[in-house]
Amino acid sequence: MIDGNARGTISITGLGKNFGNLTALKDIHLEIGKGELFGLLGPNGAGKTTLISILSTILSPSAGTASVGGHDVQREANAVRRAIGIVFQDPSLDVELTGQENLDFHGRLYGMRGSLRKSRIDEVLSLVDLSIRRNDPVKTYSGGMRRRLEIARGLMHRPEVLFLDEPTLGLDPQTRRKIWHYIRSLEESFGMTIILTTHYMDEADRLCSRVAIIDRGEIVALDSPQNLKTRLGGDVLDVDIAEASPEFIEKLKIIGDLRSVKVQDGRLMITVERGESFVPRLFETAQTMGVAISAVSMRKPNLEDVFIQLTGREIREEAPVEPKDRIGIYRWGRRT
Amino acid sequence: MNFPGTVYTLWLREIKRFYRNKGRLFGSMAMPALFLIVLGSGFGRVFQYRSDISYAEFLGPGIVAMSLLFSSMFGGMNVLWDKQFGFLKEILVAPVSRTAIMAGQTMGTVTTSMVKALVFLIALLVGGLIKSDLYGILPALVFMFLISASFVSLGIAFASRMSDPHAFPLIMNFLIMPVFFLSGALYPLDRIPGWLETVTRMNPLTYGVDGMRFALGAPYQFSPWLNLTVLLVFWIGTTVVGTVLFRKMSV
Repeated sequence: MIDGNARGTISITGLGKNFGNLTALKDIHLEIGKGELFGLLGPNGAGKTTLISILSTILSPSAGTASVGGHDVQREANAVRRAIGIVFQDPSLDVELTGQENLDFHGRLYGMRGSLRKSRIDEVLSLVDLSIRRNDPVKTYSGGMRRRLEIARGLMHRPEVLFLDEPTLGLDPQTRRKIWHYIRSLEESFGMTIILTTHYMDEADRLCSRVAIIDRGEIVALDSPQNLKTRLGGDVLDVDIAEASPEFIEKLKIIGDLRSVKVQDGRLMITVERGESFVPRLFETAQTMGVAISAVSMRKPNLEDVFIQLTGREIREEAPVEPKDRIGIYRWGRRT
Repeated sequence: MNFPGTVYTLWLREIKRFYRNKGRLFGSMAMPALFLIVLGSGFGRVFQYRSDISYAEFLGPGIVAMSLLFSSMFGGMNVLWDKQFGFLKEILVAPVSRTAIMAGQTMGTVTTSMVKALVFLIALLVGGLIKSDLYGILPALVFMFLISASFVSLGIAFASRMSDPHAFPLIMNFLIMPVFFLSGALYPLDRIPGWLETVTRMNPLTYGVDGMRFALGAPYQFSPWLNLTVLLVFWIGTTVVGTVLFRKMSV
């Protein structure tokens, strides 16, 4: 199904989505190339799932256009559906059927003939290491196994574009690393275009060649993780402090070339050009002003810092519920 | 995407789920069995409709229709659970027509409902409560199909507009009970007060029950052709409404 396409595999122009008077997405412009592993990064409720839902034809946009694999998501919904695979944020398996039966159902719906279906089932099950459990009902699977089965299912029909909506949400670190491994091997072995949403900064950082940071329905930054971090530059100092008075912060701005200063629950986050030469001056100033510092740590900036820099908020703080969830029914606990 | 292939895929899934939960087969037969045994024995002595037929024999075909009504209407529940557990999304993003999905879902539930009703019907035949031959079973199957397919579509129509699987049984019982009690399943239509007869004649299930009685050799009221016509119209109507609502459903 993968064909040569000179234009962006995904092309989004002026896309917007409103739920009543709530704006979930506003004027999104985005081009994603063939074979890219692209990340949509943002807090819960930023609009990531809404964007994925529009691209996968589940929701229709309120404004603008989007195309996937050269097909318009509204006018050529069926062609788009044939071209994509999707792993939803929420579980979407028939837990009463076995793993193999779930895949068989999928293969039939995508019009795959008997022998092709069987060989693909074997192939994707071994890719996600579920071959030995294939004949067990999905209700006996762990959360990580279910997630892997969903990824296997999304791959079965060799989609041109694969959407992974929060693929590692709620999973333990070991399983997360395993899933990262699968995602990377997909990109390498199939040259698939993969769009991944996540609110885990490290996930986007490790996997994606390019990320769009989404906040409150808008793209606030779009670049490679490396460039985003380099643009922030310098070192990040986390300073545990009893009380960060405005005078103290003013004084620090005088003694060093500060990129930014943020105060967050008793902690001072300072971005500075050269951290190692700033630390001695920091202590000196603290001592003369009588400010008690209990700990200092220095690190290179990560995407979290980029996000804070761009939005003034931490990504982990709970933003309003994603509009999609709000119009839905109350939902069951996430996978365990 | 091919229409029959999609219908078969959805149908096959229902059958697999049904087969895997054989316990539910017997659970779903408990209610009709209770009605038949309790009402059949309880009213048996006071029932003086015709000397050649006992109340249990009169009741039999109506209870088969009841089994169909219940399991068919509650078939909409499958759609709601699929919504709840997210599986409906997997179905709806596939490159297939929603009408085919609706048809497959309907046919699956019709099959399982008819299997349940048939098991019950065979039990009645074996127990001697229904005196019929093969020539009676065939038209009975036609009426059973029409009853089941109509009420499955109606159940799915409701399920398409709803999202809470806990509210669905409440609403269904609110509908199913009057439809059942006012269908003439429990009493002959020619000995009831005029107002009750009027209400009963407006109920499509009445014609299904009467058709079943005709097919299975119990006393019936209307022409079988009238029964067939009413049921066909009802089936087409519920199928259109069910399909339109199912196609418009969002997840």
